[in-house]
Amino acid sequence: MNIALLTSEIAVVILALLIIVFDLLMPRQEARRSLGYFAVCGLLGILVYTFNQHGISATVYHGFFVVDKLALFFKQLFIVATILTLLFSFDYIEGLTHNTGEFYALLLLSLVGMMLMASANDLLTVFVGLELMTIIFYILVGFDLRSSKSSEAGTKYLILGSAASAVLLYGMSWVYGFTGSIVLSQIAAQHNASPAMLLGLGLMIAGLCFKLSIAPFHMWAPDVYEGAPIPVTAMLAMASKAAGVVVLLRIFLVAFASLQAYWLMIVSLLAVLSMIVGIIVAIWQTNIKRMLAYSSIAQAGYIVSGLLAADAAGVKGMLFYAVLYMVANVGAFAVTTAVNNQYGSDQIDDLSGLSQKSPFLAVVMTISLLSMAGLPPMAGFIGKMYIFMAITDKGYFWVAMLGLIMSMVSVYYYMLVVKVMYSKEAKSEQEFTVSAPLRIVALISLIATLFIGIYPGPLADLANAAARSLW
Amino acid sequence: MFNQYALSHVVLIPLLPAISFIIVGFFLRRLPIVAATVSVGMSLISFALSLGVGYGVIAHNITVENPLIQRVPWLSIAGLKVDMGVYIDPISAMMLFIVTLVALMVQIYSIGYMRGDAGFGRFFAYLSLFASAMLGLVIAVNFVQMFVFWELVGLCSYLLIGYYFHKVSAREAAKKAFITTRIGDFGLLVGILFLQILFGTLDFQQLASNVPAYVAQHGTNLLTIVAILLFLGPIGKSGQFPLHVWLPDAMEGPTPVSALIHAATMVVAGVYLVARAFFLFSALPNAMEVIAWIGAFTACFAASIAFTQRDIKRILAYSTVSQLGYMMLALGVGSVTASMFHLMTHAFFKALMFLAAGAVLHGLPDKNDIFAMGGLRHKMPVTFAAMTIGVLAISGIPPFAGFFSKDEILLAVSQVSTPLYIIAVVTSFMTAFYMARLLIVVFCGSEKPDNHPHEAPMSMRIPLVVLGILAVIGGYIPYANHFGDWVRFGLASHEGLDWSIAATSTVLSILAISLAWHIYGSGKVSPYNLSWRFGALYKLSFRKYYVDEFYLWLNHTFVDGLGRILNWLEIHFVEGIVQGAANLPVGLGNLVRKAQTGKLQRYGLIMFGAMLIIVVWLVLLSPLFRGALSGGVY
Repeated sequence: MNIALLTSEIAVVILALLIIVFDLLMPRQEARRSLGYFAVCGLLGILVYTFNQHGISATVYHGFFVVDKLALFFKQLFIVATILTLLFSFDYIEGLTHNTGEFYALLLLSLVGMMLMASANDLLTVFVGLELMTIIFYILVGFDLRSSKSSEAGTKYLILGSAASAVLLYGMSWVYGFTGSIVLSQIAAQHNASPAMLLGLGLMIAGLCFKLSIAPFHMWAPDVYEGAPIPVTAMLAMASKAAGVVVLLRIFLVAFASLQAYWLMIVSLLAVLSMIVGIIVAIWQTNIKRMLAYSSIAQAGYIVSGLLAADAAGVKGMLFYAVLYMVANVGAFAVTTAVNNQYGSDQIDDLSGLSQKSPFLAVVMTISLLSMAGLPPMAGFIGKMYIFMAITDKGYFWVAMLGLIMSMVSVYYYMLVVKVMYSKEAKSEQEFTVSAPLRIVALISLIATLFIGIYPGPLADLANAAARSLW
Repeated sequence: MFNQYALSHVVLIPLLPAISFIIVGFFLRRLPIVAATVSVGMSLISFALSLGVGYGVIAHNITVENPLIQRVPWLSIAGLKVDMGVYIDPISAMMLFIVTLVALMVQIYSIGYMRGDAGFGRFFAYLSLFASAMLGLVIAVNFVQMFVFWELVGLCSYLLIGYYFHKVSAREAAKKAFITTRIGDFGLLVGILFLQILFGTLDFQQLASNVPAYVAQHGTNLLTIVAILLFLGPIGKSGQFPLHVWLPDAMEGPTPVSALIHAATMVVAGVYLVARAFFLFSALPNAMEVIAWIGAFTACFAASIAFTQRDIKRILAYSTVSQLGYMMLALGVGSVTASMFHLMTHAFFKALMFLAAGAVLHGLPDKNDIFAMGGLRHKMPVTFAAMTIGVLAISGIPPFAGFFSKDEILLAVSQVSTPLYIIAVVTSFMTAFYMARLLIVVFCGSEKPDNHPHEAPMSMRIPLVVLGILAVIGGYIPYANHFGDWVRFGLASHEGLDWSIAATSTVLSILAISLAWHIYGSGKVSPYNLSWRFGALYKLSFRKYYVDEFYLWLNHTFVDGLGRILNWLEIHFVEGIVQGAANLPVGLGNLVRKAQTGKLQRYGLIMFGAMLIIVVWLVLLSPLFRGALSGGVY
């Protein structure tokens, strides 16, 4: 057994524990920003280390835990998302609570959960990783004790999330009961299509779709996204969704590969429903976080639709999309954080006049939103193109068509935000201050979105290599 | 050593100005001196690299048949593979040299010309962007890369024509340039798509090897149409009739821009495209004929307009249109060498003349009419010398640059078609006449009392001197070094000079110049009398054959008429549909939104309801169940 394969996860746990210890050792009144930087540096080190694992394809613990290119791809995505989130939210977190050290440690532990999910090769590890991530998110969502909205969001998320976990676990138990195995590849070997197995499949679809906020299991997302502190919302939108995607990939394309005929139809309907619901309801939103929540429901629909191809090209599209979606969201949430730091609220109206107050942030927001809408030359266009081409090859032309129509509609509400930033006068004369780390994150997001959009080759190759490791 | 480095780093040549654009455009706009230093510095390095490439091409025996190609995969999806890369052969090496040289000269010149302008940094940023785009176009390995940069130079042209955006005429001219060239670009795009469909590739090298087989198998009919569609792009970009109308108006931009973009580099992109895709055009005799005739007609037509214009820059603009027609004519009769040779010498002497005109305008602000100038040779000796060299060069007087290139074109044309040759010779005569007219009216005669001209500052004089030298020697040196052995298509050509043709054209040019002296210089014949005597002809030429008016009329009658019909349709039919389509998602969104009550119980209900539907559906689908339902025994 090669314990070295778990080094990166162990390192993140140690980092989190160190932060808790340092947090206790530091004087009470001293600011915890140093801990934040410590976490960022630690994660950067771990990120660099993970490149060591490139090219490895091995399992530990009787095949429960797998390290391959797919797992690595997602782990690096999670770590990058966490680093960027930490960087843009220092000011915000310090304004939120005195227990900032705890906040950082919890965020890191949720990262461990995601990394576990990326490597999970059996139902139980999937569940443990998922729960590790979700339970910490229950705490983080309700972290703002002064805000009743935050507490409400935390409670709602806890209740609905537990119900969904129960459903997922129930589905897993049916699958285990009728195949006698929890390892994904062994489940696939059974070629079992009994009603009981399909019952398990159906329950697992429901449970996983809840985690991914796929309509109609999305109802929790807008309330929770709105109530949660912004960095938590950002992590929920980017990293936790990507973690759901990797689990979805392994379960559907490995364990249930032989049941394709059954789940394809359902997945296609759910994906399309997500696109439609996410986009048409977003039109009505006045709160940025809520709008981004609906947009994330729609984006989840786009990502999941790549599953319909059930081949490497589709998975490549999904991975590509997951990255560009993360990058675009980092930009959008960074700007949201900056605006919140300034005005203490996150209504779309608060963005008025941003183009004069901070032209740079206005550009970042615009590019991020247009990338999500799928306009060239932003990355989102290429991502949608890869996914739609892959599924059109497999005969899902109608899904691609609907996706295109809905992304046209989505341009409308993304442009509404842009319009507010560029054509409305600012509400106050107050000088707009933006911290240096936030600027850097916004710049990274801007450059990455444009770079991926103009020169998609390298990322596409990477995604392709990762996608092929599933087969 | 250096040429090795240059050849393996050709990509730096367009990249450096691009970097300069980003640095100057985003960070240094408010620091004029630093901005100018950065962009001139980058251009200088680019120019040095281009020289290295030029030397490398000769040293490593890179020829048209044996180009140096580097490719980077850009996009690859099933059935379509697009590369970006570098295509170096003598033709592109020559273009790199011309573009970087003229860009460098124009930037140095602009330091003086644009001094004190509020948008100084912006101006240099645009110039850098333009240089970068133009160089990217020159080294394109396929039609996609070429088209991307083709559009980008169009954008830069738009931005720079409209540089004085507070002036209505500048804005209008910018729009006109953009829209007119867009008509041609549409044809180009359709042509490119056709090529992709027919050949499955857009790579120049692969196309070149596939075209002969295709022609042998399918004939030339379809391909001729494709080639003419492609040629629409050059018609727009290189100001060929009937899309030439934007180029004279483009003179609303600052004069250095006119020199760089609308004389020496961007407008020759069309000529370059035809030369680059000559493997295609040369296989299609009918397309070649079209190119030759359009070129010849444009050359003659524009020259006859330049006869009567009064605005100094417009005269030069029509002369540019006319010379571009010459280059097209040369391509049309199959001589890439002559066309490219003339492209090079034209870049030198036309940039020179524009910069000299800029110096005149700098010395006499707010005066464009040549008849309001006069006698400037005393106060502006350098400018006068520069303009004289330019005029002698364009008129084809030996030993100036234009003599060699123009005679090469005349020789090539005379071997193919006599009517075209006659048109070309007549054009050459007219060119010498109107250029001499400009020179004499502006610089000779008596000074106007209310003019207070002054010589241009040093930064503007240096480019004049450099380009002046090139306009003198730029023809003889390539001629003596067998230009045709390098820059060519097909077999090496040693045509050289045909003394009877050279003598004819030289004599005619001298005749034209002395005629111009008689009318405008000596005062023996009154130009006003002449214009009165040939009133109708004069008016026709002065009003540019009413082409603009004709387009305006077309626009009013057909476009506006169609607009009125469509407007009616729009109001009565489309609006309802569009409104409905827009209301549908909004209304639907409102409806779905209502489900989001915030109540946990409701959320749970929907979630479990959906779960139930999925599970029941799946179970009903299972083979066991279906078997039971259909009454079979399992």
